[in-house]
Amino acid sequence: MKKILTASLVALMAAGPAMADLVFPSLSYRTGPYGANGIPFADGYADYFTLLNERDGGIGGVPARVLECETGYNTEKGVECYESTKGEGALVYQPLSTGITYQLIPKATADGIPVHSMGYGRTSAKNGQVFRNIFNYPANYWDGASHAVNHVLDLNGGDVSGKKIALVYHNSAYGKEPIRTLEELSKKHGYELMLVPVDHPGQEQKSQWLQIRQQRPDYVFMWGWGVMNQVAIQEASNIRFNMENFIGIWWSGSENDVLPAGDGANGYKALTFHNLGKDYPLYDDLQKYVVDAGKAAGAGDQLGTALYNRGMYAAMLAAEAAKTAQEIHGTADITAAMMRDGMEALEMTEAKMEALGLPKFGPEFTVSCENHGGNGLGAVAQWDASAGAWSLITEYGPSDQDVIGALVAEDSAAFAAENNIEPGCS
Amino acid sequence: MPDQLLFAIEVTLNGLMAGVLYALVALGFVLIYKASGIFNYAQGVMALFAALTLVGIMEGQVPFSHLINAIFGTEIHHFGWHVPALAAIILTIAVMVVFAWLVQVLIFRHLVNQEPILLFMATIGLAYFLEGFGDLMWGSDIKKLDVGLPQGINGWIDQTTFDAFGYGFFIDNLDISATIVAIILVAGLIIFSQYTKQGRALRAVADDHQAALSVGISLNFIWVLVWSVAGFVALVAGIMWGAKSGVQFSLSLIALKALPVLMLGGFTSIPGAIVGGLIIGVGEKLFEFLIGPMVGGATENWFAYVLALLFLVFRPQGLFGEKIIERV
Repeated sequence: MKKILTASLVALMAAGPAMADLVFPSLSYRTGPYGANGIPFADGYADYFTLLNERDGGIGGVPARVLECETGYNTEKGVECYESTKGEGALVYQPLSTGITYQLIPKATADGIPVHSMGYGRTSAKNGQVFRNIFNYPANYWDGASHAVNHVLDLNGGDVSGKKIALVYHNSAYGKEPIRTLEELSKKHGYELMLVPVDHPGQEQKSQWLQIRQQRPDYVFMWGWGVMNQVAIQEASNIRFNMENFIGIWWSGSENDVLPAGDGANGYKALTFHNLGKDYPLYDDLQKYVVDAGKAAGAGDQLGTALYNRGMYAAMLAAEAAKTAQEIHGTADITAAMMRDGMEALEMTEAKMEALGLPKFGPEFTVSCENHGGNGLGAVAQWDASAGAWSLITEYGPSDQDVIGALVAEDSAAFAAENNIEPGCS
Repeated sequence: MPDQLLFAIEVTLNGLMAGVLYALVALGFVLIYKASGIFNYAQGVMALFAALTLVGIMEGQVPFSHLINAIFGTEIHHFGWHVPALAAIILTIAVMVVFAWLVQVLIFRHLVNQEPILLFMATIGLAYFLEGFGDLMWGSDIKKLDVGLPQGINGWIDQTTFDAFGYGFFIDNLDISATIVAIILVAGLIIFSQYTKQGRALRAVADDHQAALSVGISLNFIWVLVWSVAGFVALVAGIMWGAKSGVQFSLSLIALKALPVLMLGGFTSIPGAIVGGLIIGVGEKLFEFLIGPMVGGATENWFAYVLALLFLVFRPQGLFGEKIIERV
C-alpha cells in the first residue's frame, strides 16, 4: 500500500507543474444595512466565474477561484479583507465601496495588485499615468453627472438655460462627487444648480422634499445609497414630483430602490453603464450550468436584476482582462502584475460581447495607460412599475470630456504632487 | 401671507408629524426603562424584527427557507397563501410576546440584581443576535409593506390651504395615520397602566422592585409583560417607518432618532416621549429650513442632539424625567 501511494505521488509530480487557480477576491457585503444591495452583486460576480469553470474549464484552462470576504460595507473590515486575502495570489480587487477603494489605492499600488472600482471610487483614477494600478472603466461619477445633464439637454432640445436642477445627495464623500462637475456644467449650459444634502442613513427626508416642493426645480438628480434611495423615491412620489424628471445615479437604480414605492415609482429614471434584464444567451448558460446545477452563489432568484447584472458584468470584465493578460504574456498562469497589463490593454467590442452571449450588454470601450476609465459611455434606464422592470430608453452616449478631462487632470495632478508620483507610462 | 411664512408653517406642521414618528420609537425605550431600569439597545432591532415578521406572515413566506433549502436541498420559499393585514398583525403580536418571554427566561432572569451596565451590554448582544436571527428567518431583501394605510399628499389639506392662502400645504397621509395611531396607543397605555390590575402592578414595579416583590407581584411576569408591550410598540413603529422605506435592515437605525427624544423628554415618562418627539421634530425641521441653507444643509441629525443637550443643561433628568436624588 505504501509503495502504491508513493508511486502515485511521484506520478502526479512528474505530470508537470500544477496550475494554480486564478484568484478573484470578492469583497462582498451580505450582512448589515446594505446587505440587500450587496447580495445580488456578489452572487452575479461569483456565478459568472462558476459558469466559466463549469462550462469552459476556467479561463484559459485554469480554474477561477472566487475568494469571498465579508466587509459589511465597512471600510476597516474591507481593508482587513484585503490584507487577509492578498497573499492567496489575488489578481484584482473589486472593493465595492468608495471608502474601501480610497484605503486600497496606496496599499494595492505598493503591492502591485490592480483594483477595479467600476462606477465608484476615486474618479481621477481614470488617469492611469498617476494611478497605475487603479482602474475605473467603463464610467465614473463625473461621467454620470454629465450623462444626466446630457439627458436633460436632449429632453429640452439642447437648451437648459434658466432651468433649475436639484441634486439630492448622500452627505458623504460619495454623494459630493458630482457637485464640482455639475457646477462646471451649469456654467457651460446656464442651468441653476440647487444642492440638497441628506444625512446618513436618510430615513427621514421630509425637510429636503418640502424644500424641493417649495422651490420647484425642473429636474432632480440623486446620488443616494441604501435606504436613502427608497425614501427619496417615496417622498418624490408623495409630493407628486414628475418621476420622469427624477434621475438617479446607477447606485440609485436597482429594483430594491423602486419596489417599496410601488406604482409611485413608475417613470423614475436611473443612469447605467450596462444593460438590464436577462434576455441574453449567456443567461441561458447561467441557468443551465450554475443555477439548475445547484451551484449558484445565492438562491438563483436574482438573475437579471440590476445589481446581479452589475456583479456579473464586473466578473465578465475581469475574466476578459485575465484572458488579455494570458495572451500578452503567453501563459495561462498569470500574476497580479500580468493581470494589470491585461486590464490596461482591455478592449471591449460589440463582437466580443456578442461572442460571450451578451450582445449590446455594455458599451464598447478601450483601456490604455493614459485612460484607465474607458470611454465614459452611459445610458438612461426607466422603471416600469406595472411590468416591474427596468429598460434602457437611450443608447450609450458620451460624457462631456471637455469638462471632465480637465477635472481629472487637475485632481490627479494634485494626487501625484501629494504622493511624489512622476506621471507617465512605463 | 408671505411665502416664507407659509413655508415655515408647512415645515412646522411636518415637524410635528415627524416628531410623532420619533416618539413612537422612543415609547418602547421608555416602557422598558421605566419598568426595569434597562436601557434597551435592541429596541430599534425589535422594530425591524417585528416588521420583518409581519411582512413574512402577510406574504406567506416560509421562515428559515434559505437554511431549510441549503440543508435539505429543497426549493421552498412560500406557503402559497396571503394573510390579511389585521390577522398578520395579531400573529406578529403573538410572536413578539413569545420573544418577550424568551428574552426574560434566557437572558434577564439570570441577570437580576446585576449592574445596569451589564443589563445594557446584554441588550447590545440581544440586538446583534436578533438582527442576524431576523436575517436568517426572513432573508435580507427589501420588502414592501402595505397594511392598507394611505400614503402621499392629503388632497383635502392641499386644496383647503390653497384656497385660503394661495399655497397648498403638504401633509403626508401616512403621517396623519401615524398621529392617530400614536394618540390611540398613548391613550391605551395610560388606560392600561391606570385602570388595570396588571398596569398597576407594572407601575408598582417601576416605583420600587423590592416593595412590589414584598406584596406578591411577580417580577418575571411584569418584565415579560413590559417587553411584550414594548414589542407591540416596536411593531407599530416598524409599520409606520417600514411603510415609508420598505422593510429593510436599516430600519434598526431608527433608534438613533429616538435618543435625542429620550434625552429631552426623560427616560421614564410616556408624555415626555411624546412632547420630546414633537419638540425635536419641529426644532430640527425649522432649523433646517431657517439656518440649513446658510450652513450647507443636512443639519437635522446633529441639531436634534444639540437641542436635547441644551435642554439637559437646564433639566438633566429631561423635561418629564424623575429627578434623581441620592442621599448620603
